[in-house]
Amino acid sequence: MVQFLNENGEFAVASKEHEIYAQFIRDLRESDFLKFYRDMARIRRFDNEATALQRQGQMGLWVPAVGQEGAQIGSGHAVGPNDNIFPSYREHGVAITHGVDLMSIIKMFRGVNHGGWNPYEKKFHLYAIVLGAQTLHAAGYAMGVNFEGKVATGNPEIDEAVITYFGDGATAEGDISEALLMAATTNAPLVFFCQNNQWAISSAVETQTKVPLYRRGEGFGVPGIRVDGNDVLACYAVTKKHMDDARNGLGPYLIEALTYRIGAHTTSDDPSKYRDAEQVAYWQARDPIIRFEKFLRSQGIGQDFFDEVQAAGDQLAAEIRETTFALPEPELELIFDHVYSEPHPLIEEQRAWLRGFEESLGGHTPTDDGENKVDYGGSR
Amino acid sequence: MANTVELSIAKALNAGIRKAMQDDPKVLVFGEDVAKLGGVFRITEGLLDEFGSKRIFNSPIAESAIVGTAIGLAMRGFRSVAEIQFDGFVYPAFDQIVSQLAKLTNRSEGHLKMPVVIRIPYGGGIGAVEHHSESPEAYFAHTAGLRVVSPSNPNDAYWMIQQAIQSADPVVFLEPKRRYWQKGQVELDQPALGLHQATVLKPGTDVTIASYGPMVVTSLQAAEIAQAEGVSIEVIDIRSLSPIDFGVIVESVKKTGRLIVAHEAGTFVSISSEIAAKIAELCFYYLEAPVIRVGGFDVPYPAAKLEELYLPDADRLMEAVDRVMAY
Repeated sequence: MVQFLNENGEFAVASKEHEIYAQFIRDLRESDFLKFYRDMARIRRFDNEATALQRQGQMGLWVPAVGQEGAQIGSGHAVGPNDNIFPSYREHGVAITHGVDLMSIIKMFRGVNHGGWNPYEKKFHLYAIVLGAQTLHAAGYAMGVNFEGKVATGNPEIDEAVITYFGDGATAEGDISEALLMAATTNAPLVFFCQNNQWAISSAVETQTKVPLYRRGEGFGVPGIRVDGNDVLACYAVTKKHMDDARNGLGPYLIEALTYRIGAHTTSDDPSKYRDAEQVAYWQARDPIIRFEKFLRSQGIGQDFFDEVQAAGDQLAAEIRETTFALPEPELELIFDHVYSEPHPLIEEQRAWLRGFEESLGGHTPTDDGENKVDYGGSR
Repeated sequence: MANTVELSIAKALNAGIRKAMQDDPKVLVFGEDVAKLGGVFRITEGLLDEFGSKRIFNSPIAESAIVGTAIGLAMRGFRSVAEIQFDGFVYPAFDQIVSQLAKLTNRSEGHLKMPVVIRIPYGGGIGAVEHHSESPEAYFAHTAGLRVVSPSNPNDAYWMIQQAIQSADPVVFLEPKRRYWQKGQVELDQPALGLHQATVLKPGTDVTIASYGPMVVTSLQAAEIAQAEGVSIEVIDIRSLSPIDFGVIVESVKKTGRLIVAHEAGTFVSISSEIAAKIAELCFYYLEAPVIRVGGFDVPYPAAKLEELYLPDADRLMEAVDRVMAY
């Protein structure tokens, strides 16, 4: 397992084989370290605030990522500006490393829409709820990058790679095996980033696999490595190395970030029913944020910085609350818009009917010109 | 003078795909055995030589991956024509089709377009083993976000495959495999119809038979038999199963007052169920008889030696004609 920071935040390169990763840490500046800490603290604060909002009935559900900040912020910052990210549904930390508006995630779990952000804008694709489905989209996208010849040109402006995120539970899904196979046989520039948080709702990782997950790709021809998922620096370095390699035409790689889901699967879950408090305490002692704070303090970062981060978190939490309370209800039209890209008579018929029905009740104000013409088809 | 050529449905599909690949360099073709072999029905024969292995390639035997990667390629701006080798092999891809492909445009509020064509040879009548003769259209027609079409003749095969590839939405393209070798004239200059239009193939005054895909030929046969018996049948090729062009059916039923809907699939919760319900709603005062559905039975597709008993033929259509004429 690649680890640079132990649980006390002490930096060490444990073996010679890890030197290929350590060089990426040496390239980092102090400002990068501070950014990593800020983002981890920011997403933790956001996450706790979102849980609170759910408890107050402002969201139907929340999916906490507490404990996985090191894996997410470290790997997220290793993804280059040309690269595309295909997340699962717990990647709030990865999202902020690429400037995704956190309110779009709140909106989704509040039930305002199904996601709806523009995946092309930040190259951060929509959350995927069916486990593993997104890994095949990532494989197809990466095949497309290959077809366009945007790999191994040697020009960093042109070369691209793709990264897809999933959890230990998802590895049992057939789609991930098929994605590993597709990526391997087409030499796709795709990194598989598995956050092994050790629990799939109530099922321990032993339910999902008999071999260590970093070895899951071997039979498909995808090599892998395990990294300490609670060590933000190791996660950064390992992801950076294999994204660079993918961009340079070396093909797919599987990274298993060993971490722990400190919180519940979702706000509907009760982990006290299936796991020991001792296990949780063990992993809380290995918290990625506390560990990195110790490291930063050992590097001479003073209390002012941590105070500033704390204040920024308070401000973020206040903003998230205010913005959530002010979110408008979605329009009736959203039910029917974008079911298809091109006109579809059945959708228009049903839209017109609902508009008319709501109007008859004096409810929704229809936004059309009042024509409500029903077309039985043959429009194209 | 019209620029026409005689082709089989198989050759017309091949010509249509070739034309689409020539017209748009973003069109890719993949699936099991589609490259050198040209697919088990040879629909993509010769395309590898013309377009090379970056445009047409074999997929591993992994249907979910075939559709899942088509989705990723669509996100990247490609237009994939993905072949599923046989109807009964599409189900491993069911999640990618109904929960991903069909819903991503909606999920992304229109940011993602999904121009993916899933070609599926479907239906029975070829004496095949299990899983090679099924009619899965109702599953896909029931799924919002998908378009579902089925050509019945070479001209439609040639044009509808091109229109499907040009569509910004995902299209499940069902090819009537037992009719692949049926020949007909193909008009090469322009299509007569849009992808989602139904059409009257034979005008008549007493009964309307609406069908699609492999059952269209059977419906035309029944119309001929009926004519000899003095019953005038109007035959409609529905062509598009989602959306359905109800306007053409409504106009016909207003004239004939009697409707039979025919397909190979079992009739329970089927395309014909939907048409029967809709026509009862739209043509209530015009109907002289209840809408009759003629289809296969609601059983697993039987072993090959029994398929003649399973598949509706002209006689079964005539039995339905007798029933609607008795009202």
